[in-house]
Amino acid sequence: MTDDRKPMIECRGVHKHYGDYHALRGIDLTIRAGEFFSLLGPSGCGKTTLLRTIAGFEDISDGAILIDQKRMDEVPANKRPTNMVFQSYAIFPHLTVAQNVAFGLRRDPRSKAEKAALVDEALAMVGLRGFGNRAAHALSGGQRQRVALARALILKPKVLLLDEPLSALDRKMREQMQVELIKLQRQVGITFVLVTHDQEEALVMSDRIAVMFDGEIAQLDGPEALYARPANRRVADFIGVMNFLPARILGESDGAVTVEAPGLGVVELPARQVSRANPDDEGPTLGFRPETMTLVGANQTHSQPRETNATIDEVVYYGDMTYYDLRLDGAAGLDGRARPVRISMRNVFGRDVQEVGTRTRLAWSPGSLVLFR
Amino acid sequence: MSGKGRGLQAYAALYLLFLYAPIILLPLFAFNSGTIIAFPLQGFTTNWFAQMWANATLRTALTNSLLIAVSAAILATCLGIFAARASTRFEFPGKGGMMGFILLPMVLPEIIIAMSLLVVLLGAGVQLSILTVIVGHVLICMPYAIAILSTAFSSLDKSLEEAAYDLGETRWSAFRLVTLPLVMPGIISSLLISFTISLDEFIIAFFLAGNQPTLPTYIFSQLRFPKQIPMIMALGTVLVALSIVLLTLGEYFRRRGNARMGGNPTGGFL
Repeated sequence: MTDDRKPMIECRGVHKHYGDYHALRGIDLTIRAGEFFSLLGPSGCGKTTLLRTIAGFEDISDGAILIDQKRMDEVPANKRPTNMVFQSYAIFPHLTVAQNVAFGLRRDPRSKAEKAALVDEALAMVGLRGFGNRAAHALSGGQRQRVALARALILKPKVLLLDEPLSALDRKMREQMQVELIKLQRQVGITFVLVTHDQEEALVMSDRIAVMFDGEIAQLDGPEALYARPANRRVADFIGVMNFLPARILGESDGAVTVEAPGLGVVELPARQVSRANPDDEGPTLGFRPETMTLVGANQTHSQPRETNATIDEVVYYGDMTYYDLRLDGAAGLDGRARPVRISMRNVFGRDVQEVGTRTRLAWSPGSLVLFR
Repeated sequence: MSGKGRGLQAYAALYLLFLYAPIILLPLFAFNSGTIIAFPLQGFTTNWFAQMWANATLRTALTNSLLIAVSAAILATCLGIFAARASTRFEFPGKGGMMGFILLPMVLPEIIIAMSLLVVLLGAGVQLSILTVIVGHVLICMPYAIAILSTAFSSLDKSLEEAAYDLGETRWSAFRLVTLPLVMPGIISSLLISFTISLDEFIIAFFLAGNQPTLPTYIFSQLRFPKQIPMIMALGTVLVALSIVLLTLGEYFRRRGNARMGGNPTGGFL
């Protein structure tokens, strides 16, 4: 990540009201030129509204949006240097593929032959060479997606806005398109802004991600930072799977916190492993990702500093992975309830999947814990 | 096939006979040389059609009716496009009530509409003419036009127009280039339905036409003269043929539109 690239989109204190409903509550955001940026959040968090204000489909109630250092207040959607790929793709069903792709060139003064060459080039770029004469309504979902991309990119916008572009595709197709979108973005070098509710999709594709809840940005970070150091418990909950155990704070010095959690014992966590709890949490919680702890067989050794005994409650087999729900010994301590924790193990050749009811050992390191307080 | 099934078949056959036999009688007697409408049929003749073409009052009535029906269909459909687009695209205060009032003439007894329109028009000092009939017909065609067009508009993806706008078109050209061709089958359906409703409408035409004849009022007036009945039969035959041609055309356009858009029916009526 180079931070010296010039800003392409700047949102300054953007608010949006729909009557009494406050959809965007002061969004401050800078998206740099050439970035693959994602707006991630559950439905109703304002991510699509934010995208539509950038596109110019919605007016903002307060604040300012700048694209390429120009204020967009008075610039309507059809004059902005942005193009959009819609969730439904919005392919014009009464036109051919080529007519769809050429739609944005209608007001372009170039000759017919030049435009046709541009259309061919755009279709080739999305892997639809030779599809120009097909009727648009006869295409498959993945092909419509590509036509929508070609149609938007042929205008060489400064920013391409993508509104949940992959949500209508089946899983295989979605994963394939994710990779293709990344490649395409590198190839054209245009700033991409993607709206998605799928955290995996955001993690796979983005340079940076803004996680949104209730019209506010909860965290803006790169995928790895977002996953490993969530700014608060809500973000941790939303991105990937995280186990939460009730914890008790024993002491604090220089930002480092000493906590005790049932089943895990006493650990000291440095300040960077301390994050914010949700307002409605009952007390501090310790969190960890399923893949950060390891099940260890009876006569196996490990190099992790800590070890906990546990019983296997449930085994969920996924082919490449197995999920184990475990009861940690001594975990019923604080509130009398034994909360199962979920551990994921990659299935390696030669290692058997363990069975329900087995007593087992769990190896872990305090470095993988996050305290939410 | 069980006996019960055969009973249902017979019922269906009788039902269809009851519906269509009277209509089959029209061409039968239109080409019958006898002046009395009764079996047995006599010789074949096209005299009644010739007599019909020669009848000046009938020609006036026909011209009036076509003028009224075409104007009412176009006006009702144009107004219907605005209303249907507004009601399917936007939320605004009083939308439910407004749409309800526009659709009300569909269930209001026509005699009441006709009477109240007559009272208002006479009170306002408006001269009764085919113009006043057009006004009345637009009023009763509007609900049907809106019902058909709303289906066409609401089955249309909202982001299509936005996509065209996003690609550099203006609001109006986005509507013209994308929405209009896609709702065209609905528009044609609306035009045809409105035309048909207006063409055979009697009560409003009877009340509001002043001394101008329209086809239905003219036919009604001629029924008093038994001599004229074979000619009316000929006229009926022409109207039936015309309706069939119109409906076939409408269905053809609707299917062609559907085929072009991948078989997503929008606002057809057959």
